[in-house]
Amino acid sequence: MSQGTAGRVAPKLVATSRQRPLISGDRLFRAIAYGAAALIMLIAAVFIVALFIPALPAITKFGLGFFVSRTWDPVRVQFGALPAIYGTLVTSAIALLIAFPVGMGAALFLAEDARLRLLRGPLSFAIELLAGIPSVVIGLWAFFILTPLMRDNVDPFLKQTLGFLPFFQGSASGYGFLTAGVVLAIMVLPIMIALSRDVIRAVPLALREASLALGATDAETIWSVVLPYARVGITGAVLLSLGRALGETIAVTMVIGNRPEISASLFSTGYTLPSVIANEFTEAVGNVYLGALFYLGLVLVVITIVVNVLARLLVWRFTGSEPTAA
Amino acid sequence: MSRPMVRILVDRFFGALIAVSVMLAAVPVLVLLLFVVIKGLPGLLTPGFFTDPPFPQGVPGGGVFNAIIGTLVIVGIGSLLAVPIGSLIGIFLSEYGRNQLGDAVRFISDVLTGLPSIAFGIFGYTVVVLTTHHFSAISASIALAVLMLPVILRATESALVLVPQSLREAGLALGAPRWRVTLEIVVPAALGGIVTGGLLAMARAAGETAPLLFTAFGNDIVQTNPFQPMGALALTVFRNALVPYTNLQDQAWAAALLLVMLVATTNILARVYVRRIQR
Amino acid sequence: MGQLISIRMQTETARRVEQDADPEIKLDARQVNFFYGDFQALHDASLAVQARRITALIGPSGCGKTTFLRIFNRMHDLTPGTRATGEVLLDGHNVLSPDVDVIQLRRQVGMLFQRPNPFPKSIFDNVAYGPHMLGWSKARINQVVEESLKDTGLWEEVKTRLQRSALNLSGGQQQRLCLARALAVEPQVILMDEPASALDPIATLRIEELMQDLKQRYTIVIVTHNMQQAARVSDFTAFMLMNEKRAGEVIEYGPTDDIFNRPKDGRTEDYITGRFG
Repeated sequence: MSQGTAGRVAPKLVATSRQRPLISGDRLFRAIAYGAAALIMLIAAVFIVALFIPALPAITKFGLGFFVSRTWDPVRVQFGALPAIYGTLVTSAIALLIAFPVGMGAALFLAEDARLRLLRGPLSFAIELLAGIPSVVIGLWAFFILTPLMRDNVDPFLKQTLGFLPFFQGSASGYGFLTAGVVLAIMVLPIMIALSRDVIRAVPLALREASLALGATDAETIWSVVLPYARVGITGAVLLSLGRALGETIAVTMVIGNRPEISASLFSTGYTLPSVIANEFTEAVGNVYLGALFYLGLVLVVITIVVNVLARLLVWRFTGSEPTAA
Repeated sequence: MSRPMVRILVDRFFGALIAVSVMLAAVPVLVLLLFVVIKGLPGLLTPGFFTDPPFPQGVPGGGVFNAIIGTLVIVGIGSLLAVPIGSLIGIFLSEYGRNQLGDAVRFISDVLTGLPSIAFGIFGYTVVVLTTHHFSAISASIALAVLMLPVILRATESALVLVPQSLREAGLALGAPRWRVTLEIVVPAALGGIVTGGLLAMARAAGETAPLLFTAFGNDIVQTNPFQPMGALALTVFRNALVPYTNLQDQAWAAALLLVMLVATTNILARVYVRRIQR
Repeated sequence: MGQLISIRMQTETARRVEQDADPEIKLDARQVNFFYGDFQALHDASLAVQARRITALIGPSGCGKTTFLRIFNRMHDLTPGTRATGEVLLDGHNVLSPDVDVIQLRRQVGMLFQRPNPFPKSIFDNVAYGPHMLGWSKARINQVVEESLKDTGLWEEVKTRLQRSALNLSGGQQQRLCLARALAVEPQVILMDEPASALDPIATLRIEELMQDLKQRYTIVIVTHNMQQAARVSDFTAFMLMNEKRAGEVIEYGPTDDIFNRPKDGRTEDYITGRFG
């Protein structure tokens, strides 16, 4: 240390307490970032409480009997969730029955099919477009266009061909479980396709090539190698779609008919958990009536959380990454 | 028929099935958009649609000025809340979140993503409407902000994670404190992804109806005070569709078209922005 | 054997290190041990780096030379679960001591990385980033940016497009820009972690020439996997190797000429002559 470094005075390495600010910028910024993280935890906690509080009058009054009661009678202030739960399950089941095969086909096309490659871009674009259309717009379209189509064409045809089944009997107004199911099918297609496509793409190429090299056709390879391998991931995709279908509100409210009925006939009008809330909120008077609506909301949230967590676990376990859609 | 023949036929049949499902998947989108444009365009071009408030039921004419203002105010305030908080949480996840707290935040964000939109309405209703005793645009903004949060924070996190570690090291090696490196180097480098996330979240929020039913509630008067009930385009579509007056139904279609255009524009903006940033 | 001869010829013609009677030690690492969790990556590594000389760290990959280098400005702090023991004295102050202000330390000990890593900002803003952070006046920033770019030979190439993005520069230019960026905060030591490994031979030559200019004013420590490069540019060389527990050790350290021509340790000889890894 004979000579200074080029005449410059070296700054002190060890900051004295006077130089060191009480709170360093790094600590402050870290605290802010952690604060933001704490905020979302707080929001989640408040969210849970916020779902409970307005439902309390109904929870105390009806308890668990709420789930098995078919009555939905604002006049006598008697409420049960069964019709709404039934409607939610039936419409979601119809949606998946339609969307699953169609979605798988489209996903296979996007991920596998070497033919008509040029169509992939437009199809992907159309699917993304559909995912972005607000549900109220789909509801409007379904209300004015799909409902008459179902009433005048689809329902009579089903009655004629499959009328011996209890599902396709009775008068058809165009509103009801079936129409709501079709609308939901359209709405969950984007998720179903995007997720299944990712899952199918995650199947190792070597597996396919091994199968094709044994002389299997494309169809045989997909059927006996790709789909079995992707089974877990596809189940996850279906569950995520189910989660979306269960909670869809506005479009279903516009076409389901909004009556607390439990009927085997899919032509029948009905209710779903979210559509009861959306439809009756403005006219609900009294703590118990309002409380019953929010009790339904609570049930809905619990069901969707269970389905979603399950789905994410499956998709995550399969592709090793986050679901890209949804 | 020989066995190879059968196998080839099955293969063909399988291919045909796939083609049919592609059509079934694509056709509804096209039909839907076609109808929205055809049925919405006349209403959109009617004089007064953009500038008049709704007229009373049965009176011809009227517009959706109240709803346009409402959607802009509600989504605007919601974004002002959600974008800064969401990106901060994203920064937390990427820069400090490799721990259990980070995993907990990611889990909560995933759960929020999967919640039905109506749940956010109930949240806004209990937290704001019940405590202030009246419906308001601000309660809708808060509900939508929570709905937007997961989209923004995940987009921010994935954009930040993609910034090369060597860039952070370069900044730190110059003697820059970590917070300045994060804000001045890492965040600008990831801005494309963050902005895209924000725009996509805004597009989604603008189209939501269910949360507004319990919060903004709707208002036929042009209202700019965020502490008062307010109309919104999505509410106009929902309510007018169910009313037996053709001029109001036409407005519903036109408002739907406007909403689709708004959402599509935001989406396209997001893409164009990303492309410009990347260049 | 051809390689050996060429390396020896290079060091033969290399500048003789003036033998200071009392050499100034700028950076003095004493028995540094380094751990990733339970795994020991460095074992008793010592190195006395002379001021205004170029010291090269060589050795097979995985021998811990980059790890060693990154301890000198505490870059290892960024990796969670790591721990360094021993002393690294910078002008007599132990940089590993917990009361050291890491930010001050890194301003005095700059770094150049394996791959050019310019910020996605303009050329000017890249160099001005450090000075701007230090709160210098505009005039002083402008001056230091120009000087740093001149010191790295970039000024004539970029002076008309200072506001253009740094990402449009060639790889060699980017690396020189990163060097200018490091010089702008007026450090005393510059650590270089294989700075030319991503560059073509001509760009590599530019960097090596620059190092000769810069050592008039700066102390330089360079990690390189390229023995010819070490022989060409450095005044001192340390040869590192993994021990049987896979922890890096400094095997031999001395004037570059001695290490390449008169190695004392058989393992150094083996490595230099290519009989090794």
